[in-house]
Amino acid sequence: MNSRDAILGRIRTALADVPAGEQPHDVPVPRHYRRSHAEPGEDTVALFAERVADYRATVTRTDRAGLSAAIAAALTLRGVEQLALPGGFPVELLPAGRWQWHTEPLDIPGLDALDGALTLAAAGIAVTGTLVLDTGPGQGRRALTLVPDYHLCVVRADRIAADVPEALARLDPTLPLTFVSGPSATSDIELDRVEGVHGPRTLDVIIVDPALPEQP
Amino acid sequence: MTARDPAPAPGSRGVVWLGAPSFPDAARIALGDTRLRANLKRATATIRDKRVAVASELDDWEDLRDAAAAIKNRTARHLDHYLVRLEESVTAAGGTVHWACDAAEANRIVTALVQATGEREVVKVKSMATQEIGLNEHLADAGITAYETDLAELIVQLGDDRPSHILVPAIHKNRTEIRDLFTAEMGRWGQPAPENLGDDPRELAEAARRHLREKFLTAKVAVSGANFAVADTGTVVVVESEGNGRMCLTLPETLITVMGIEKVIPTWSDLEVFLQLLPRSSTGERMNPYTSTWTGTTDGDGPTEFHLVLLDNGRTDTLADEVGRQALACIRCSACLNVCPVFERTGGHAYGSVYPGPIGAVLTPQLVGIEQAASLPFASTLCGACYDACPVKINIPEVLAHLRAEAVEAKRTANRLPTAEAVAMKAAGKVLDSPRLLAAAQKAAALGGRAVARDGRIGRLPGPLRGWSDTRDTPAPPVESFRTWWRKNKEGER
Ligand code: SF4
Repeated sequence: MNSRDAILGRIRTALADVPAGEQPHDVPVPRHYRRSHAEPGEDTVALFAERVADYRATVTRTDRAGLSAAIAAALTLRGVEQLALPGGFPVELLPAGRWQWHTEPLDIPGLDALDGALTLAAAGIAVTGTLVLDTGPGQGRRALTLVPDYHLCVVRADRIAADVPEALARLDPTLPLTFVSGPSATSDIELDRVEGVHGPRTLDVIIVDPALPEQP
Repeated sequence: MTARDPAPAPGSRGVVWLGAPSFPDAARIALGDTRLRANLKRATATIRDKRVAVASELDDWEDLRDAAAAIKNRTARHLDHYLVRLEESVTAAGGTVHWACDAAEANRIVTALVQATGEREVVKVKSMATQEIGLNEHLADAGITAYETDLAELIVQLGDDRPSHILVPAIHKNRTEIRDLFTAEMGRWGQPAPENLGDDPRELAEAARRHLREKFLTAKVAVSGANFAVADTGTVVVVESEGNGRMCLTLPETLITVMGIEKVIPTWSDLEVFLQLLPRSSTGERMNPYTSTWTGTTDGDGPTEFHLVLLDNGRTDTLADEVGRQALACIRCSACLNVCPVFERTGGHAYGSVYPGPIGAVLTPQLVGIEQAASLPFASTLCGACYDACPVKINIPEVLAHLRAEAVEAKRTANRLPTAEAVAMKAAGKVLDSPRLLAAAQKAAALGGRAVARDGRIGRLPGPLRGWSDTRDTPAPPVESFRTWWRKNKEGER
C-alpha cells in the first residue's frame, strides 16, 4: 500500500466514531462574528491611515492632482533614486526629476542594487492596517517589493476594505498574495521590536482619494 | 530511519523526542537557572499584555474562537475528504503532493527532492513540522546544508541549541549572549558578524540581515512549513514577521513545503477567522508584518516547482482519540505558553520536545505515544489559563486529565502492580468525576495553596489532591481556576 492510501485509511479508521452518513457541512460552524470591526459609519480610509501608521509606516493622503508631488516628496525625504517600477504603473503619475525608473526584466542582483520600489496595491484592510499586493497591474512580481530596501505603495481609497473578511472576499486566491502590515520587523531578541530585518526596512504609503482612473 | 537520525527514542515515530530527562528532572534544573527564569518572566509578561490588549479590541472575540474551533472540528471529522480535495487543487495549480507516514519518510522525500535539483544548500523558513522530523540533521547526513533564516532559528542554529518557545525560539537567550554567539559563529556559516558588534537588538538584526542576504539571493531551493492550506483552492499560507519567509517563498526555483495533515482548512473564506485570531494571539499584533499565500506555481513569479509534503507522523493516532484529537486544532500561536505558570518557571527545554508548554504537554505524548512521554501530562497545574487563552478553544486541561489517566494506566499495565501514582490518580479521578467532591477539594486546595505556597509555589496539596503534589512541586494555581475550569467544561455535559 502506498503512503497516501495508508494515511487516508488510518484517518478513516481513526474517525470510526463519526457517523457514516455525516457530510462535512453537517458539522455546524457558527459564524456570529462581525464582518467588520470598524464602527458603523466610520471613515475606513482614516482608520486605515491610522492603523498603518501604528506600525511606524508613514502615511500620506492626497488626491489625484497631488499624487505626483506626494511621490516626489516621499522619494526626496528618503533619498532614494534608483527605483523598480512594475509594469502597468500609470507612468503619467511619475514625478519629473532625478529619479531613475527601472522596469522588467530585472534579475535578482539587479533588484538588489536598487534603492526601492514604487507600486500600487490590490487592496487595503482598514482595521488591521494591511496592504495586499496581488502581482496585478502596477504591482509587479513579488521580488520587486521584497529585495530593495524601500517600498513606496500607492493605494486607492476605494480599494480599502473595512476588515479582513471583506478583503479576502475581494481577493483572488489563485494569484500569489502578499499581505503587508508595516515594515519588516522582529521581536526575537528579548521581545524588543526592531523594524527592518529582511524585507524593506522602510514603508511609505500614499492613499489617493478620489480614486485614480481604473487600472488597466 | 538511518542510524544517525537525531536521538530517536526507542519505538518513537520519529518526533524529535530528545531523550531529555523526564519533565520533573528537567524542570528542577531549569528552575535553578535564575537568568533563564528572569528572561522568561519578562518576555511572557510582555507578550501576554499585548495579546490581551489587541484581543479585547474585538468585542466578538468569543464568536471568532467558536468559529475557529468549529472549522477545525469540521476539518478533523472529515480530514480524509479535505486532504484529497487539497491534493486535487494543489495538483491542478501546478504543484506536486507527497504523502509521508512518518518522519523518516518525510525526510527521505525532501532529501530526494533537493538531490534532484543538484543543490547542496537550502534556505529554510521557520517550521515546526521540519523541526519535529529532524529534517536539518537528516539533510546534513546527506551532505546538504540547511540554513535557518528566521532570526530566532538562526540564533538557535548558530548556538547548536534547541528552540524553547514556539514563537520566539531563542527566548532563553538575552542580547549579550546573542551578540557573543554572532561574533563567534557567523563566520563559520557565511558572512561574519561585523567587528565590534554591539548588543543592541537593532544592531543584531542588522548583522542577521547581512549574514543571510547572500544566502537568499543565491538560494535555488527553499523548505518551508505552512500555517494553513486551503482545500478548496490549494492555497498555502505562511504567516511571518521578518520577510525571511517571503525571501524563501519567492526567490528560489524550487519550494518544498512540509505540512502536518491537520493544517488543512476547508475554504478560502475560512481564513478570515484565522487571520484575525492568529496574529493577535501570537505576537499580540492586529496583523503580523507579512503573510504570503500561493497556489501552486505562477508563471514568471516565484518558484517554478512546488512540492507539498503531507505529514502524518502520529497525527492519525492522535485523531483516533476522541478526547485528545482536539489538540490537532492547534494553530501554533503560543498563547498557551505565555500564560502558563509552569512554562514561565521552567522554560521550553524542560518539555524535551519541539512542542513545549501546555500544547506540548498534550500533543507530544499523543504524537510519540504516551509511554514515551509519560511525565508530560503532569507538567501542568490544570489552572485553565491555557484554555482561556487558546484562540481555537482547545480544552487543554481536559486533554491533560485524560492523558494522565492513560499515562497511569500505561504504567500500571507495564508494572502489573498499582503504583503510588495510580492510587493517587484513582482518588483524583473520583474527585474529578464528582462536582461536590471537587468543589470541596478545590476549596481545600485553594485555602491550602494559599497557606502553604512559598514564593508562589506549593509543596503539598491537602485532601484528595495530595497524591499529585506529593510527587511534584507545583506552582500556585490562581485561587478560582480549577473550579472555573470544571464549571465551564464539565457541568454543562451533565
Ligand atoms: S494550543 Fe491553542 S493557545 Fe496553544 S499554541 Fe495551540 S492554538 Fe495557541
